[in-house]
Amino acid sequence: MMHWIIIPVVLPAMLAPLIAFALRHDITLARTASVAGTAILLAIALGLATMASDGTTHVYRLGDWPAPFGIVLVLDRLSALMVLLTSALAMVVLIHAITTGWDARGRHFHALFQFQLMGICGAFLTGDIFNLFVFFEVLLIASYGLMIHSGGKARMRAGLQYVVMNLAGSTLFLFALGTLYASTGTLNIADLAVRIAEIPAEEAALVRVAVILLLIVFAVKAALFPVQFWLPATYANAPAPVAALFAIMTKVGAYAILRIHTTAFGPGISATEDLAATWLFPAAIVTIAVGAIGVLGARRLMPLIAFSVVGSMGTLLVAVAVFSQTATLAALYYMVHSTFAAACLFLVADLVVTRRATDALRPEPPTVQNGLFAALFFAAAIAMAGMPPLSGFLGKLLVLDALREPEVIGWAWSAILVGSLLTIVGFARAGSILFWKSTAMAGPADAEADPEADKADAQAPATAGQVAPAMVALAGLAALAAFAGPVTAYLEGTSEQLFDRAGYVDAVLTPPEPEDVADTAGYGSDDLHEDDAEEEH
Amino acid sequence: MELIVSSSIGVLTAGGIYLLLRLRTFPVILGLALLSYAVNVFLFASGRLAIDQSPILSRYGEASYTDPLPQALVLTAIVISFGMTAVLVMIGLGAYLESDSDQIDIEPDDDDPQDEGAA
Repeated sequence: MMHWIIIPVVLPAMLAPLIAFALRHDITLARTASVAGTAILLAIALGLATMASDGTTHVYRLGDWPAPFGIVLVLDRLSALMVLLTSALAMVVLIHAITTGWDARGRHFHALFQFQLMGICGAFLTGDIFNLFVFFEVLLIASYGLMIHSGGKARMRAGLQYVVMNLAGSTLFLFALGTLYASTGTLNIADLAVRIAEIPAEEAALVRVAVILLLIVFAVKAALFPVQFWLPATYANAPAPVAALFAIMTKVGAYAILRIHTTAFGPGISATEDLAATWLFPAAIVTIAVGAIGVLGARRLMPLIAFSVVGSMGTLLVAVAVFSQTATLAALYYMVHSTFAAACLFLVADLVVTRRATDALRPEPPTVQNGLFAALFFAAAIAMAGMPPLSGFLGKLLVLDALREPEVIGWAWSAILVGSLLTIVGFARAGSILFWKSTAMAGPADAEADPEADKADAQAPATAGQVAPAMVALAGLAALAAFAGPVTAYLEGTSEQLFDRAGYVDAVLTPPEPEDVADTAGYGSDDLHEDDAEEEH
Repeated sequence: MELIVSSSIGVLTAGGIYLLLRLRTFPVILGLALLSYAVNVFLFASGRLAIDQSPILSRYGEASYTDPLPQALVLTAIVISFGMTAVLVMIGLGAYLESDSDQIDIEPDDDDPQDEGAA
């Protein structure tokens, strides 16, 4: 059996306690270990993506228990893509956090960062819905620590709100799981797909309740209207590199909807197929509107970017809500794009805001390297708003192209196009206030050098290392646009595989070959002592 | 039996939601604790209610046993919610000490540009 599949979970899980206990007094060692771990994770994610790219669904049975009884990790193209996306984003964010010194402003940044990666990778790989809950909790509890990293009044209060919101969401998740288990007797995603397909539509009331509860839970994660309200306060007050990493957290919610509401409750399953689409589509349309209006009305830079993230989640979920192969392809492309675009915006904003007195959108004396920051912000904003030549344009084009059915085209096209226009106006306004009107203000730091002496550090020009992560993210967006052909070809296979329910169910539920069992008996429990829940289950 | 279990879940949930909506740290923590108790009992009930039966399939006796999986799920849920409550208490305390306020919701002036901002 292939043990590589579990490495994205085990590696951060081993590294994080090591950093927390053994390396906590030496930031250099912790940084080295964290970067090395993330680099290895990235390499493994690349390997896994290559492995999955032939279209087979790889299944890793923990403790070698056959599927509906034991827990499985499932690696298909979608999981591999998400793990790769996570590790690439993590690398960019980690370098930014180190070069700007964010990681040294509080304790245990790197340990929490690795635990966060463990939770995210686990959530993408698991094939069991209770295990998904456990990994959600792992990534959430790490994100609570990261969210309030380096403290401060506004951040602590926003963090408290974020924690309460997510704890309520977790409770709802458990209610949903209980309902699902009571009505189907299984929590394995593949097994759920089989059992729910057997339930006649008129007896499906309890399952339908569970499906909607799960949808609400994932909507909270994905910041979908009406449960999107936690996101702007959280992202705006989180440390900027953490906000950039959180760009993948909303995608965890979108991924969960894609995976579970397509595979287990999706098209072709008469009991539940109409549910998710019915509720998801209007909610996603309103989410686009909320995001666009928020971008237009924001008075500070960080909330502005946070609202643009809300808007992009709306666009993504409009495509998801159609539950068709072409729309899912578009959603996946847009998901990769919007993750990097949001992260890039937060990283650029961090470079700007640390050199200004405030992130309020009002003219201040220009910072050092005004031109460089303006160019970076301009490029990132173009990507986020969805204008050519970067991948945002192609992503939105794919989404629009996929939403051609007469019943969705009116709402979807007008929401996405008007939303994009408002987002462009919002970003243009923010950019011109921050970077153009600033240059009209008299006397930057050099004219009144003495009162600004204590801020000399804050006004230091950005080093190459500080700018590089944002540039790499931008380069990634450019590459995503330039190589849109190969990327969409891969994503086409991904979305085809996602809708191939029979293939998924076969791969997961077919018992392993007997010689496999003999080979690897006794494995699994060693690898897994960090997670009691998996053994319990 | 069914009445007791279901009404206790209902009362715990109602109390939990009421306390959650108070939007002050201490009631919210209590409310989330009540909600997690409610969900634990609910998870138990999802494996059917049974009294005096072991969660192990006996080789010799009658094939009468209670579903062991919800018990494992509840155990996991208890551990997680306990840990989360501890984290919530610490973050709530930190937020209270930093801002001298135990309100959960953020008032509009906290979002004002005059504030120290996100940096």
